Amino acid sequence: MAADVHSKGVTWDTPNGNLAPVEHLPSSRSESPTPGLVEGTEPGGGEWVEEEVEEKEVEEKEVVEKTEEQQRGRAEGEGSVNEPKREVQAVVREKEEDVTSDAWRLHKKHVFVFSEAGKPIYTRYGSEEALSTTMGVMMALVSFVEADKNVILSIHADGFRVVFLRKSPLVLVCVSRSDQSDSELWRELHYVYYQILSLLTLPQLQRVFQQRQSFDLRRLLAGSERVTAGLLRLLETDAGLMLNATMSLPLCSTTRNNVCTSLQIASSKNLVFSILLAGNRLVALIRKKEQHLHHTDLHLLSNLAASSSSFRQGEGWTPVCLPKFNSSGFFHAHISYLEQDSDLCLILVSTDREDFFNLSDCKQRFLERLKKRNAYQALQEALHSPTYPVSQVGIPELWHFVYKSKSSGLYTSPELPVPYHTEEQQDRLMELYQHLHSRLHHPTRPLRSIYRSTNTENLLAWSTSGFELYLCFSPLATKALAMSAVTKLLKWIRKEEDRLFILNSLTY
Amino acid sequence: MTSRGNARTSGNLPQTKICQFKLVLLGDMAVGKSSLVLRFVKGQFDEFQETTIGAAFLAQSVCLDDTTVKFEIWDTAGQERYHSLAPMYYRGAQAAIVVFDITKPETFERAKAWVKELQRQASPNIVIALAGNKSDLADKRLVEYEEAQTYAEDTGLLFMETSAKTAMNVNELFLAIAKKMPKTDTQNPTHAARHRGVNLQDPDAQSTRSCCGN
Repeated sequence: MAADVHSKGVTWDTPNGNLAPVEHLPSSRSESPTPGLVEGTEPGGGEWVEEEVEEKEVEEKEVVEKTEEQQRGRAEGEGSVNEPKREVQAVVREKEEDVTSDAWRLHKKHVFVFSEAGKPIYTRYGSEEALSTTMGVMMALVSFVEADKNVILSIHADGFRVVFLRKSPLVLVCVSRSDQSDSELWRELHYVYYQILSLLTLPQLQRVFQQRQSFDLRRLLAGSERVTAGLLRLLETDAGLMLNATMSLPLCSTTRNNVCTSLQIASSKNLVFSILLAGNRLVALIRKKEQHLHHTDLHLLSNLAASSSSFRQGEGWTPVCLPKFNSSGFFHAHISYLEQDSDLCLILVSTDREDFFNLSDCKQRFLERLKKRNAYQALQEALHSPTYPVSQVGIPELWHFVYKSKSSGLYTSPELPVPYHTEEQQDRLMELYQHLHSRLHHPTRPLRSIYRSTNTENLLAWSTSGFELYLCFSPLATKALAMSAVTKLLKWIRKEEDRLFILNSLTY
Repeated sequence: MTSRGNARTSGNLPQTKICQFKLVLLGDMAVGKSSLVLRFVKGQFDEFQETTIGAAFLAQSVCLDDTTVKFEIWDTAGQERYHSLAPMYYRGAQAAIVVFDITKPETFERAKAWVKELQRQASPNIVIALAGNKSDLADKRLVEYEEAQTYAEDTGLLFMETSAKTAMNVNELFLAIAKKMPKTDTQNPTHAARHRGVNLQDPDAQSTRSCCGN
């Protein structure tokens, strides 16, 4: 059994991921990654680099064996959970799981969060109480390595990866049987960490543990289980969280302009961001001058909005911390659907906690203007086809692709074709993409392109300063064909750019 | 004991006197605040009602003789981390429903604490109703009707046992509150809307207190 502590830090934050201004995307989609985050308020980015880690063998075999034994298992068989109600029940079921059962051990990816005192805070499956010993052992491992002024990053053993993320006062651990690399798993743990911050803020989190080391953080996180569960599922299904990008809803440019200007005009003094979403697709984003929304914060907001039906029943009003923007303060978000049965969710983010009625008014003005200009109808129609078939590109061997425009932080992807109609197959394709992604972004040996041939598909990934592209071909395709397909696809994307992306970044 | 009382809940009401009131729901998590509101506003019930995040704002009117009483309802989340935001919602409220779950005594204790806080800090004329929810689970009852009744009498609260699931006493509760409201409010709802009682000037509201009271 090999257990090793990796010597290299990992940055999963690329500086170009934020939804920053794109004044002239079409012409200059190379070279210039958009400026970094606002006012140096980025808390998490690049911290791994700063940590001094020496290479070291961990002689904790006994403990490692024990933890590993607890995770040993085979394929996961989760039911599909698309409908919100079923998700609620699924979360309830997951929380009630018996942690000594085989089913529990069979899960593909576990996530644990605990305090430095070893007190359980979160587990993806089963109840925290039942796992206090397991988490205690994990904390012991962390402390043991730290006692030597070192940091434990990951343990690889018997097909498992146990990845540790230390974010004082919390420790996050992922136990995975998937093919994902350590850095992919760290990225996911970061998301879970930011999710916690988005509910509490960092100073709040630090304060409760300063006051009492043995504080039970579950008290303050109560009711957020579904938000976290939704996020973990999103990490497995939405390529955007891997790419540091958001998917935009394809929309004809006239409608998009109408929507954007209507949203821009419906402003209010303390508004910082106005975000219109259709599911997890971005329809429009208006921001305050000089302020940029980081894709991580956008994913957290969109996941939050999707996590409770209460936003459909009435207008929601909640404090929310956008940790990449500023981890130490709360914004206040007005979250509501344009109409009760509509998929269009409007999130208005304000700095003022007493701003509810102003924002509610903004929403009304936005909706009225949309309807007056007939944009609402056009938008509803666009929602009927939120995606497009890959056949539009006109390359028969091309099954699927993911294209990220680095300057806009947006990505586009066609609907999944026949071989990927089951959830299992979709997850498998995502894993293939994730694997290619981790090869392109390897911390020590990054690649510019990679071609991979398997029995079931041929894949190509290519990263330039302007875009990142992942293609999935039928197994009969050749490398030469793949190369010519790229040219054709890029031409097609250029032609469809208006529809696929949001080309201008508007401010109030 | 039937579902819909004589409170007519609808949009198109004849031109009568319109009174608008701010009502806040408080109580421990998972006692059924959102379910009560949803039953009252939309006549719906969902066994798997999802946790409220922050607070939800809904409106519903009831007809009372010649008056239309419009409730602007703040359905707050019961989680501890939102506790410090509660004053923002009950400040200026003319009515409050404090909800507990009759199968969970600790939620009754929490309800008492809310009542105390309201009596100390909310506006002095606030009408407070205590709702013992989930009365359909009478076989699992752990808070006796008489106990809550006595407490409500001693503290001067309206009290009803309700069930959002069966709709028992839900409209009745809101109607009872409507009856207790002073009917002197402005005819002009838009004007009233600007003074819904979220007190923008209150210095406390502007304080830097964060979301979780410690």
